[in-house]
Amino acid sequence: MDRERAKDSAQVNRYRRRFLQGAAAAAATNAAAPVPAWGGSTLGDVFADFFQDHYQRMTPEEIQETLRRIERKAKRRYGVEIQCKNTPPQENVVFGYAINISKCKGYRDCVDACVEENNLGRDMRYIHVLEMDQGGQNLRTADRYYDRKRVPAQGKYYLPIQCMHCDEPPCVKACPVEATWMEPDGIVVVDYDWCIGCRYCMTACPYEARHFNWGGPKLSGAEINPDTHYLGNRPRPKGVVEKCHFCVQRTRENRQPACQEACPSGARVFGNLLDPDSEIRYVLENKAVFRLKEDLGTEPKFWYYRDI
Amino acid sequence: MTFFAFLRDGLHSMSSGPPLYWLWMGALALIVLFGGWRYLHQLDEGLIVTNMSNQVSWGFYISNFTFLVGVAAAAVMLVIPAYIFDRQDIKDVVLMGDTMAVTAVLMAMGFIVVDLGRPDRIWHLIPGIGRFHFPESMLAWDVVVLSGYLILNLGISFYILFSHYRGYIPKLRIYFPFVIIAIFWAISIHTVTAFLYSSNSGRAFWSNPMLAPRFIASAFASGPALMIIGFQIIRKISNYPVAQSVINLLALVMGVALQITIFFIGAELFTDFYNEGEHAASIRYLFLGLDGHYALQPWIWSALCMLGIAVVILMIHPLRLNTHFLNIACVLTVTGIWIEKGMGLVIPGYVPTPLGEVYEYLPNGNEIAISLGIWAAGLMLFTAMAKAAIPIECGALRRPGLALGEPLCAPPKLQENETVPESAPLGALPEADRTSTRDANTGGILTPTPTRIPPTR
Repeated sequence: MDRERAKDSAQVNRYRRRFLQGAAAAAATNAAAPVPAWGGSTLGDVFADFFQDHYQRMTPEEIQETLRRIERKAKRRYGVEIQCKNTPPQENVVFGYAINISKCKGYRDCVDACVEENNLGRDMRYIHVLEMDQGGQNLRTADRYYDRKRVPAQGKYYLPIQCMHCDEPPCVKACPVEATWMEPDGIVVVDYDWCIGCRYCMTACPYEARHFNWGGPKLSGAEINPDTHYLGNRPRPKGVVEKCHFCVQRTRENRQPACQEACPSGARVFGNLLDPDSEIRYVLENKAVFRLKEDLGTEPKFWYYRDI
Repeated sequence: MTFFAFLRDGLHSMSSGPPLYWLWMGALALIVLFGGWRYLHQLDEGLIVTNMSNQVSWGFYISNFTFLVGVAAAAVMLVIPAYIFDRQDIKDVVLMGDTMAVTAVLMAMGFIVVDLGRPDRIWHLIPGIGRFHFPESMLAWDVVVLSGYLILNLGISFYILFSHYRGYIPKLRIYFPFVIIAIFWAISIHTVTAFLYSSNSGRAFWSNPMLAPRFIASAFASGPALMIIGFQIIRKISNYPVAQSVINLLALVMGVALQITIFFIGAELFTDFYNEGEHAASIRYLFLGLDGHYALQPWIWSALCMLGIAVVILMIHPLRLNTHFLNIACVLTVTGIWIEKGMGLVIPGYVPTPLGEVYEYLPNGNEIAISLGIWAAGLMLFTAMAKAAIPIECGALRRPGLALGEPLCAPPKLQENETVPESAPLGALPEADRTSTRDANTGGILTPTPTRIPPTR
């Protein structure tokens, strides 16, 4: 009881100090900039959050304002300085991904790297690695929760599954408020500040690629990756859908996605489908590639292949 | 001015009543408040307080929503005989059917709102200031058809009620086009809701052309069942003229619709199980369990038994015409279809998941409390609207300055080729079937025995 009360009063003192500091700063500088008040949220930020427009309709100035607001919110909630950018898509780029399932051994380094890079709540994963029985492609007997001391297991192969960034995405069609769409560089993105949380897109997706924030993301300040993108790994609120976004904060700056870099087996190939000299194009043209649920007509930009 | 008197009188009627009325509304209000308190908790913590998961992302809320859209659509089962077949006995009760439809649509919308992760962003759906993904998104279609149906039913009911309040026969010429629109619109609301599910090609349990016909068939069984129960209650506690022929027609419709529903279920079972492939995994989970998981199995088999007993009662004439057996059949039908069209439809679509995982779902206390709160709010709304409408329909409530007990007359400003009366019954049913007396010329309702009507002035 006493410890809690002491903690409370310490918090109260902290807020009071911040408020007074802010008030003093305002008085000193006579600035027009809003000062964080008790609880840390200015009224202006609250209103701006509520009335924020759709990403595709915001003017460049509005987007910059929004990015700064997101950075302020992250500072208040997690105590961390982050950078939220809005790197545009590159010209003549459409991203594609291929996984060599002969090389994938089921280590799940990709899963962990994605969680860290993209500020996922620690109970969420964008990537599921399915442990499949050799001799077929039976999803019903696949196990995504395998917990072994040694991988790969005898008689099994591994199929990592994440958002396929379909060219005919059923999720984009389903969304009643157009909160999800395909960007010019082929990445299917979500405007987390526009999503109303109806989860119809999750129902529509045949690959279980979309995930919902049932509660607030289980994330602490120490775990945050501060290099973020508005459409990608910036901190997300409760009650919205999110998914793999091909690490938009990296790939739009000519870097590889975190999962590709993390794979120790070199099983992952990511690149520009429009570049005839890219590795991904080589794979698609020379390997026996296949896609999951081809018959549904979703046209995924995510292929699988074997070495033989 | 008459409009404000109408509102005032209506509100006065809703806020006065016998002790039973207050007991009923009070009990419902408690349930609403409890549900509201749990909803505040859900708003605070997020949908994590429910049992829904990434695997089963729609649950009890959407199950209730689906069932209620069917109930709302079934009002058309009164509208068609009333206006297309010109049955006067049905025309007397069509207002109550429309009121039930309005209540059901509002409850359905309530269930959508409590299911949203961000209800504060609901304005994102408004075309223009939001971004309304119409016509690509089936959810957008559902918003359009449900809102339109609500406005249609409110408009038609209001016009009829307001005309009666002013002592006029409602001008058929004015509202008949809207009645025709409402008939097609009613079919559309449940069809669009079915398309919400059947458009998902990644979910084999739903992705079949039978879903929309199945929805309509079961709606036309569950809706009339609720109406039969409701009309009997209304007939018992008021003077609202519910002819037995109305109940008989609804029971017949219910019987045929149930037969079709059961046939459709049978057709689905055959097609899925004869050459059983992976597409039958969900229906196997529902009826037989999957990988040691069978939470829904007792529910669906109970529902099938209930529907089976109900259809047998309804197919045997003496039983269908017997009040006790009919009521049993109605309760069984409503419960059976609530299970089959609710949890029995929504949950198996998610089990197994598209990547083959079997993860079960049953609603938890929070979801049940919030859902009961919405049902109670709907019942309160229906009771209040009926409480206001019944005196007007019985002729005991008229606009200020109008004598009670006068038959309805034609509204002023007659067209040249129009004659009075407009809504006289054609092929009138024998008098013994009516529970109230009618003016032979106009078909208007005369004031029945005054002792049962509480005086309003």
